[in-house]
Amino acid sequence: MSIFEYNGSALVAMVGKNCFAIASDRRLGVQLQTVATDFQRVFKIHDRLYIGLSGLATDAQTMYQKLVFRHKLYQLREERDMKPQTFASLVSALLYEKRFGPFFCQPVIAGLGDNDEPFICTMDCLGAKELAKDFVVSGTASESLYGACESMYKPDMEPEELFETISQALLSSVDRDCLSGWGGYVLLVYAALLTPTEVQEKILKGRMD
Amino acid sequence: MPLTYDREALFDRFPLASKSKNLSHLFDPRKDIPKSSFGVRMVKMTDLPTKGGFSFDLCTRNQMLLDKGVQMPPFRKTGTTIVGLVFQDGVVLGADTRATEGPIVADKNCEKIHFMAPNIYCCGAGTAADTEAVTDMVSSQLQLHRYATGRESRVVTALTLLKSHLFSYQGHVSAALVLGGVDVTGPHLHTVYPHGSTDTLPFATMGSGSLAAMSVFESKYREGLTREEGIELVAEAICAGIFNDLGSGSNVDVCVITKGQTEYLRNYQLPNPRTYISSKGYSFVKGQTEVLSTKITPIQSKVQTVEGGDAMEE
Repeated sequence: MSIFEYNGSALVAMVGKNCFAIASDRRLGVQLQTVATDFQRVFKIHDRLYIGLSGLATDAQTMYQKLVFRHKLYQLREERDMKPQTFASLVSALLYEKRFGPFFCQPVIAGLGDNDEPFICTMDCLGAKELAKDFVVSGTASESLYGACESMYKPDMEPEELFETISQALLSSVDRDCLSGWGGYVLLVYAALLTPTEVQEKILKGRMD
Repeated sequence: MPLTYDREALFDRFPLASKSKNLSHLFDPRKDIPKSSFGVRMVKMTDLPTKGGFSFDLCTRNQMLLDKGVQMPPFRKTGTTIVGLVFQDGVVLGADTRATEGPIVADKNCEKIHFMAPNIYCCGAGTAADTEAVTDMVSSQLQLHRYATGRESRVVTALTLLKSHLFSYQGHVSAALVLGGVDVTGPHLHTVYPHGSTDTLPFATMGSGSLAAMSVFESKYREGLTREEGIELVAEAICAGIFNDLGSGSNVDVCVITKGQTEYLRNYQLPNPRTYISSKGYSFVKGQTEVLSTKITPIQSKVQTVEGGDAMEE
């Protein structure tokens, strides 16, 4: 049994037109037993930057605490929020530091950079960055997620369509994975031109098996 | 790692070379605290961000998990075909663009030709995190060296930095590299293996697709190729890797380095376009997904303070 299959997880992030969405499942399990159905995997770093952490849940929470600590120090020193590209390098460095005794978590980073340009990126548990322009996936359901996203993704989607696409991709993939599912959580950040940037968080109804 | 030229310092820099193959010498079993073989004070949990280098905090816990029968996860590798050749005016480097995670393609268009110096580039195969980290680190060291010496970097400098780092980690940093560049002494092409050995060659291939690419080079390489012939040959060798090796795929990246000029031709050839997309695509109706609850938060833009406003009243 692989260490990533101990808790089970599914994470996906997608880019749309002036918006991005990051979605996760809600199950926390101990191998085949479900322990919680409202587990948080997507965390906020600052208003325009979110990180999802899949893999071993304890390492995901520890990584999140370390990252929030580093970001708060950065905010105190620089008097501003970190850009997503810088944050991705920080996560990569923290993971690579533990090269010979790694954290068993795979992050998915999504944020709005300069000029409200959406940015997504994923890494393996050692910090090898993969910057994608369309979608990134992570977790035990990643193989199904790759397939679902490849077929369902279209470039330059509006926020409503992006929400529907990412939800359908997530729900259909976790249906084919025993270790993830039990509902879905989608966070969508939309930077419109005239109205202020808004963050939508939605809980999805999914199969509870 | 600091750059030193002392012979004595050299022995200090290779402490791991004399130790055992696994990492057990790094742990003090009596106290269960990891100790560093470089004699640096180990970082405690309450310390501020570490000063650099590897940290072995989690090794005891991971070893305990391994003993319980849990398998280590597969790291992202770059299955890869990477090549380089020397032509009459300089060096041409080539690489495919597939990154794999076990049998799955993690990235269909990753960059395997890394920047080291304006006149030196390096292709990397092996564990993706290791190739990226080691090339980034040596690139920064070369930049500092350029500031210190005031001269253009030489390929042998990059080579020595890479091989000494990889040797000191005894092959555990799994990076196989093809390093090429043009400096004052002329064009150079080297291969670096994960254990730290190097070769200097007129044409070289590395990675899982190296045999396919080498067959193309061995039949068609000759000295004194022109720039166009060099690029054609490199592209043909990478395509041989892409089509015949399962660990390599997608597109061909080429980098041409000559005296005073470097051209990075990203996605020089795209022999695997995606042709199976349905023109209509999926279109989901708004409201198709069942939602249990929604929360919308507008983001407050941060207040900007104005410098030099009115003076306060007495």
